[in-house]
Amino acid sequence: MSLNEDLTRLSATDLAAAIHTGEASAVEVAAAHLDRIATVDGAVHAFLHVDREGALAQAAAVDAARAAGNPPASPLAGVPLALKDIVVQKGVPTTAASKILEGWIPPYDATITTKLKQSGIVILGKTNLDEFAMGSSTENSAYGPTGNPWDLTRIPGGSGGGSAAALAAFEAPLAIGTDTGGSIRQPAAVTGAVGAKPTYGGVSRYGLIALASSLDQAGPCARTVLDAALLHEAIAGHDPRDSTSIPEPVPAVVQAVRRGQGDGIKGMRIGVVTQLGGEGYQPGVLDSFRAAVAQLADLGAEIVEVSCPHFQYALAAYYLIQPSECSSNLARFDAMRYGLRVGDDGNHSAEEVMVATRGAGFGAEAKRRIMLGTYALSAGYYDAYYGSAQKVRTLIKRDFEAAFGAAHVLISPTTPVTAFKIGEKVDDPMAMYLNDLATIPASLAGIPAMSVPSGLAADTSLPAGLQIMAPALGEQAMYRVAGAYEQARNAAAGFTLLDRVAEVPTVAGR
Amino acid sequence: MTTAALTPAEWAALDDVADFDEAIAAFDPVLGLEVHVELGTATKMFCSCATTFGAEPNTQVCPVCLALPGAMPVVNGTGVEYAIRIGLALNCSIAPWCRFARKNYFYPDMPKNFQTSQYDEPIAFDGYLDVPVGDEIVRVEIERAHMEEDTGKSTHIGGATGRIHGAEFSLLDYNRAGVPLVEIVSKPIVGTKASAPEVARAYVATLQDLMRSLGVSDVRMDQGSMRCDVNLSLTPAGSPVFGTRTETKNVNSLRSVERAVRFEICRQASVLTAGGKIRQETRHFDELTGTTAPGRVKETAEDYRYFPEPDLVPVAPSAEWVEQIRAALPELPWVRRERLQREWGFTDLEMRDLTNARGVELVAQTVAAGAGPGDARSWWMSYLAQQANSAGVELSELAITPAQVAAVISMVSSGSLTAALARKVVDGVLAGEGEPAEVVEKRGLAVVSDDSALQAAIDEALAAQPDVADKIRAGKVQAIGAIVGAVMKATRGQADAAKVRELTLKTLS
Ligand SMILES: [Zn+2]
Repeated sequence: MSLNEDLTRLSATDLAAAIHTGEASAVEVAAAHLDRIATVDGAVHAFLHVDREGALAQAAAVDAARAAGNPPASPLAGVPLALKDIVVQKGVPTTAASKILEGWIPPYDATITTKLKQSGIVILGKTNLDEFAMGSSTENSAYGPTGNPWDLTRIPGGSGGGSAAALAAFEAPLAIGTDTGGSIRQPAAVTGAVGAKPTYGGVSRYGLIALASSLDQAGPCARTVLDAALLHEAIAGHDPRDSTSIPEPVPAVVQAVRRGQGDGIKGMRIGVVTQLGGEGYQPGVLDSFRAAVAQLADLGAEIVEVSCPHFQYALAAYYLIQPSECSSNLARFDAMRYGLRVGDDGNHSAEEVMVATRGAGFGAEAKRRIMLGTYALSAGYYDAYYGSAQKVRTLIKRDFEAAFGAAHVLISPTTPVTAFKIGEKVDDPMAMYLNDLATIPASLAGIPAMSVPSGLAADTSLPAGLQIMAPALGEQAMYRVAGAYEQARNAAAGFTLLDRVAEVPTVAGR
Repeated sequence: MTTAALTPAEWAALDDVADFDEAIAAFDPVLGLEVHVELGTATKMFCSCATTFGAEPNTQVCPVCLALPGAMPVVNGTGVEYAIRIGLALNCSIAPWCRFARKNYFYPDMPKNFQTSQYDEPIAFDGYLDVPVGDEIVRVEIERAHMEEDTGKSTHIGGATGRIHGAEFSLLDYNRAGVPLVEIVSKPIVGTKASAPEVARAYVATLQDLMRSLGVSDVRMDQGSMRCDVNLSLTPAGSPVFGTRTETKNVNSLRSVERAVRFEICRQASVLTAGGKIRQETRHFDELTGTTAPGRVKETAEDYRYFPEPDLVPVAPSAEWVEQIRAALPELPWVRRERLQREWGFTDLEMRDLTNARGVELVAQTVAAGAGPGDARSWWMSYLAQQANSAGVELSELAITPAQVAAVISMVSSGSLTAALARKVVDGVLAGEGEPAEVVEKRGLAVVSDDSALQAAIDEALAAQPDVADKIRAGKVQAIGAIVGAVMKATRGQADAAKVRELTLKTLS
């Protein structure tokens, strides 16, 4: 093992310590990860764009600041990160994995991007996703699928498959994901990573290419709960440029993780949601979940069962609200101001160019959702579809309110199944949509939820995830349980899940 | 009164449609007016770009108003305040909680391909506006006033018409995209009969005055900062059922509002009288011909797929804030008019004529520049009104400012201009010859007050008409007119007649 590979195996916390004490320079750390990407990403295809020069320059700035005697810009200063390619970064191609944005160079930074830069976090490049974050497998990327480092013939989840795979393939210790119906949590679960969706409004959406505005939320992805918490604190906070962002202080989630690891969770009440399990869930996933429940009980938590009867309508409501907002959000991709332009040959009107460009630029899933949403919002159907879905949303929020009356946090398996084969479900949208069965309720309610590895499912030997949900702005309870559980599971198993990931074959990437 | 704005050529354009009086005898017009007011906020409705009119194309744009991927809107608080001001001045209820909605449709000059507007939750609703029409007040009920944003502008290059069809290419300017608008929607205005065109015009004119006095917009119809869509339908005289309406766009002046209403009444009447049906459609007003023509026919009805804008939080103006805004409202035009009438000592008739001619503010400014109210009124309402009428423009559109009118009035009262000369000075100002003093100078219009020059002319006139001189000496003072006339002729009218008379008598005494 070379020194470089050692660096890529470290957690963000340890890398930060090494950089801040001078054991390693930020440039060395960035170079190690860039080399790793160059070595393995041809096989994994986690990245759509690697910004080698930009990353090294950012790292050099961190080293220069340290050399000048300045304290670190943040606890994560100098640590590399993979940015989901739906978050805009000035001067770096941003595609949302769509042909319609091919070649577009954003002239501005998303608020998250600004915060990452201000924190001295080194952005390695942009990661693959399902086109405009629509999907659960990253197969809907216009630029080809990403492989799951546990088995490259399998999906890494979606939409944030690239960010999750980058973590599992040790191409980056940190990543940014965005979660509309589970796009942070589901990829984390099927790759053995940690991913957290903050409370809606906890992290600014400014500069995050919108899929469904009332659901979208960016969040941290990492290999450990503490790393996720550190990244969470770096990107969260009120942003005057996002009217829906919450004008509240950032929850002290790092402290919450340490508390979970130190004081544990004795006395906390943890609710198991009856409706999120059973039929449709893979036996190995359910076994892994039961083991997690037992472990939490061993830690002194009181386990209660809670019923959320309206969750059965969550998927249906989600697939009306999300396509409706999506159909409107994607209307701006019209060839007039940026991105792809088809048919502008002097013989076609602007309207014809718009039609031709959208026909050529959007993939099948994007078109499917635009049509679904356009239909659901149409006069005469609005009340029956969009209107009813909003009512279901209210009922789901009430279910959560009642459940949180009985428990501090709620838990479930993150996904019904472990990673499936690439191509297995591409022709069956319903089967694909069912992947988000357990993650969608929290999205509709706007509450925080995260996935923590719960070991390998015995029947597939692939990672499964434990989903922890908390009331709005209740991130501290969520992270406290996550921190305690992760520590207990690692101790009991004798290993960190990702230590067992297969070594990815060397296929040079970009 | 109603027909004053139409020139004979414009009337000729109406020849192929029904006679207005016959149309009104058979049908009752139902009016509906949608007026867009561009707010005069320094920045756009959802971003901090400037709103200056006429800037270099695409220099007042940012990720938000260009709808770059990822950009998000933030509501301009001043825009909301202006909308509330408008709502209060229109006697509306102000919603304690309302939302923006997305109005979805594709158009190249609309960056997001949806307009952020308000749908079923407008900021202001259920109000009214009292409109002076002739010597009556017509109360127009206001359905709503809601906030929205403007689009960009397309310019179509090539092709004959400047319209999109036949153009070789189009240029897009997004400077206007996102500029705040308030749309004021009237309830159907019924019972106006033959005065419908005049009511429509007076309503828009009254709104314009109101917006100006509220300080929320410069309401320049020629620059598009106030735009009017005219909805009109006819119903058989006495019937309570509304007919099919048309919506006429591109009505860009007060005069056009009146003309568009009149034309649509005549056109629809001729269609209906011939047994035809009115198609519900958007029509465009043509300033040149004074007619309306159908817009492009769409195969399907427009479905805007409105839904609440998820990128914005609801607007919830507190009762305290609304009351603060109400308390700070400036003096409204009708209150101001009453006060000015008292101060100026005008009769009701004088004030009404002045109001109808939209001269109140012009007189006020002329008075503020030092003129007496009577002189100011008489200038604006007689000589200047004639000039405006023959040029087919509004008083305010004349190329003379109240300050210039005040300057002319002051020259008259100091005796340096006669009334006749003053009119020539005004003509010079209107012709762009400069300030009144410059016109006097350039045209040599000053009253000849040089006694020696006058004396010479008088001596010459007396010498030429010795019989008249004798009559005057004999006490027939009325004969002096012949001398004064001769002197005026010799000085090309630039002498003060009283002075001539005085000097003549002195010469002969
Ligand atoms: Zn802007």
